[in-house]
Amino acid sequence: MSVVEQPALRVVGRELVRHDAVEKVTGRTRYAADVEQPRRLHAALRRSDVAHGRLRRVDVTPALAVPGVVGAYTAADVPNNVLWAPVPGQLPGTGAERSRANMLAEDVVRFDGEPIALVAAETEDAAAAGVEAVVVEIDPLPVLDDPLRSLDEDVPVLHEGGNLLASWEFEEGDVDAALVGAAAVVDRTHRCQAVDHAYLETEAGTAWIDADGVVVVRASTQVVEHHRTLARFLGVEDNRVRVIAPYVGGGFGGKEDLTVEPYLAFVAHRTRRPVRMTWSRQESLRARAKRHPAVMHYVTAADAGGRLVAQDIDLVLDGGAYAQLSAAVLLWSAMSSMGPYRCANVRVRARVVYTNNTPSSAMRGFGAQQVAFAYENQMDALAAALGIDPLALRRRNFIEAGDTLATGQVIPTHVALPELTAAVEERLGELPQPSGPARKVGRGYACNLQSYGFNVWMGDWSSAWVGLEADGGLTIRIGVPDIGAGQASSLVQIAAEVVGVEPERIVIHIGDSTLTPLTGRTSSSRQLYMSGNAVLEAAERLADDLRGVAAMVLEVDADAVELAAGEARAGEDALPLAAAYAACIARSVPVQQLATFHAPTGPRWEARPDWRGRIVPDFAYSCHGVEVEVDTETGRVQILRYVAAHDVGRAINPQSVRGQIEGGATMGIGQALYERVVFEDARNVTRKLANYLVPTAVEAPEIETIVLESGEGLGPFHSRGVGEPPVSPPAPAIAAALRDATGATFTATPFAPERVLATLAAHGVGR
Amino acid sequence: MAAELELGFELNGTAVRCGAEPHWTLLRVLRDGIGQTDVKYGCGEGVCGACTVLLDGTAVSSCLLFAPQVAGRRVETVAGLGSPEEMHPLQREFVERGGVQCGFCTPGMVLGGLEAVALDLCGSPEEIRHSLSGNICRCTGYRGIVESVAAYASLPPTDRG
Ligand code: FES
Ligand code: FES
Repeated sequence: MSVVEQPALRVVGRELVRHDAVEKVTGRTRYAADVEQPRRLHAALRRSDVAHGRLRRVDVTPALAVPGVVGAYTAADVPNNVLWAPVPGQLPGTGAERSRANMLAEDVVRFDGEPIALVAAETEDAAAAGVEAVVVEIDPLPVLDDPLRSLDEDVPVLHEGGNLLASWEFEEGDVDAALVGAAAVVDRTHRCQAVDHAYLETEAGTAWIDADGVVVVRASTQVVEHHRTLARFLGVEDNRVRVIAPYVGGGFGGKEDLTVEPYLAFVAHRTRRPVRMTWSRQESLRARAKRHPAVMHYVTAADAGGRLVAQDIDLVLDGGAYAQLSAAVLLWSAMSSMGPYRCANVRVRARVVYTNNTPSSAMRGFGAQQVAFAYENQMDALAAALGIDPLALRRRNFIEAGDTLATGQVIPTHVALPELTAAVEERLGELPQPSGPARKVGRGYACNLQSYGFNVWMGDWSSAWVGLEADGGLTIRIGVPDIGAGQASSLVQIAAEVVGVEPERIVIHIGDSTLTPLTGRTSSSRQLYMSGNAVLEAAERLADDLRGVAAMVLEVDADAVELAAGEARAGEDALPLAAAYAACIARSVPVQQLATFHAPTGPRWEARPDWRGRIVPDFAYSCHGVEVEVDTETGRVQILRYVAAHDVGRAINPQSVRGQIEGGATMGIGQALYERVVFEDARNVTRKLANYLVPTAVEAPEIETIVLESGEGLGPFHSRGVGEPPVSPPAPAIAAALRDATGATFTATPFAPERVLATLAAHGVGR
Repeated sequence: MAAELELGFELNGTAVRCGAEPHWTLLRVLRDGIGQTDVKYGCGEGVCGACTVLLDGTAVSSCLLFAPQVAGRRVETVAGLGSPEEMHPLQREFVERGGVQCGFCTPGMVLGGLEAVALDLCGSPEEIRHSLSGNICRCTGYRGIVESVAAYASLPPTDRG
């Protein structure tokens, strides 16, 4: 469906087969761990078994005695073992103004699984034996595992500058006065658990020294620009390290932070030999960053007509033991915490704190995911309190283009939530009958907003190179890592559209910090927007030149020349692009273009309550509707139907768009019903995939997708980002359906059977 | 270091020999011993299905088998099914129906689907979903995969490759 009629395009909008899918399905794709190298070493990490403690002794000498071990290293061996990063927005006197990233633990360990020593050996078995042989003695310290206690007086202080990792606050209007006069006030605390990305490919990579002495790291990553961070750890100049991102076996934000790369770079640099490191699934579950657990206290008030009059929001995120991307995640939580709703009186206080739990960092939705559970739960409860239909209540409050949020952010493009909610409602139709006497059925809806692109003070940019070949083929070079969403193939489709080369005659080289133009990280739903616009601009410049030269050859106006199907055509006359190439060369016209797209920029947000301004370029919107059946005897929740409607602006490849919506919604459903990383005294005890319940084909419902093309996005051909938005609505939509079915309120994810039963019992629901 | 075992078996129609240690899993033999990297490591616990291969025609998790157990047997991986130029019909369905995103589950998923069709466990979408429940996909939400297997199952047996 579309809001406005879209111009017909030749290649964009077609369900083209992804070139990478063919390679993948035949087993040809060389992922990070899939390359062989002669004389290669294997590296492995000795990790802490203690969640908080002082390192009394780390002795690698016994490891060096293990046959096959080539090197064993501690923090003292790393040129710059500690890197400090500024905490965005942090004000003097509030909390620490910088955060630490250790390559290996020094003096203190702060979480269970923290890397302490690094072993390199001739074989994997020798590396494992070497890791075992390292002597580690730790004096345990009291652990801090409750984020709500992190700022108390009597708890351990985990970092220089205290346990407040970052905070954002803003206030608009008069919340307290508005609460007094409200017709309905809902005051609740909502909680989300720690979640693992559980991509199928664990963290892996290889590294070597190339012929120019440059350290090359080829790893499963969403960010090739980490070459700079690696250079800092090694104490070399930025251009002495190169990162290559092959096709990634799933990212979801979990490969936005460094994982294996520093260790690989260090061993290659130190030994001058190739090296490989693969984290086991068990290591990955135990020690790699999770989605932030969140405690979200909301007081939401409306007048008798159902218009929001106040939102008073207090967010506490558990950042775990190290900062990683927590401050930015918190900003996303804070700026998205009011939902896609107008409200004149808003107070938001958001904090992320240190604990000894596994570090938290980026995961699909990036902080905007957790708050969607809270603000939508609140809207549902308000609707119930006022006796208004939940969608009707939302419709009275949706923001519109041109509105200003409490942060000062102006909504730049169309907000299609009225169309999206109507489409979902219409699709769902009649609610079915329960399948048994102990079962109840219900329906719920949830809407959300999710920004795409970085915050405007990052000065975000992305570059792309597009070149015509002598035989009429096309080559694209662009630094974008492809994490499975079809990032590369969508760029091929954009270039094919503009230059008129058939997609199968285009080769795209991606993900290399040295040899491909840089694009910034594959995160924040930004690659289609940023890199798509960069490819579009490079392709358009090339196309302009080709049209101009073809016009001279064909003796027509440039306006009359159309590029399609490998030709420059003007009426009956056509010039094959190979001939156009030759004509360009003969006239000294370039056949290659490098273009950079710059996102809008703006002043840096300061964590002062009175700061107002633009934070991000734009948002994407969606509405999901779900029908569930809950068994009041077993607590099992079954999804009967699931409809997801998204405004994607324009679908470059409808199959890829649908895949993002289906996969994202399924991930959100997993978090809503099954998945949970469990901590016991700050020790992560979810160390087996068998204990981490990712939905299989049996649990995953069929997602019915509705793709709306409003033609209003800021991306190429007016597209919007679509990678993250679908992951947020499932939890609140299912909570709403459960309430509809049972009358019980669900304020904490996941809705696992034991929690469902306890919640029903607390509400007096049952047989 | 000389390997303790000298292992011989059939891999994708070709006889192979390689050195291995007795405690090595078939997954490790294939990936590190032979360089057959289309077989993926996803968990090592027998949970994710990324390491699925056909052993004498039966889908197994290669991370759960030890090297000595494959001596003299027939192993097939997804690379043995078809090539980009000449895909197996089930591979083609995966590509055309959105069954592939990051692709890391795909080799195991294709082999799991192939076995489900061979065993005639694909009567309905629900049955297909149960048949594939030993293979995790974190990207697609499974719709494209289930439809691919269903479309392949509906081909006349002579067209199933
Ligand atoms: S790696 Fe064998 S089942 Fe996961
Ligand atoms: S396509 Fe990524 S895990 Fe299935």
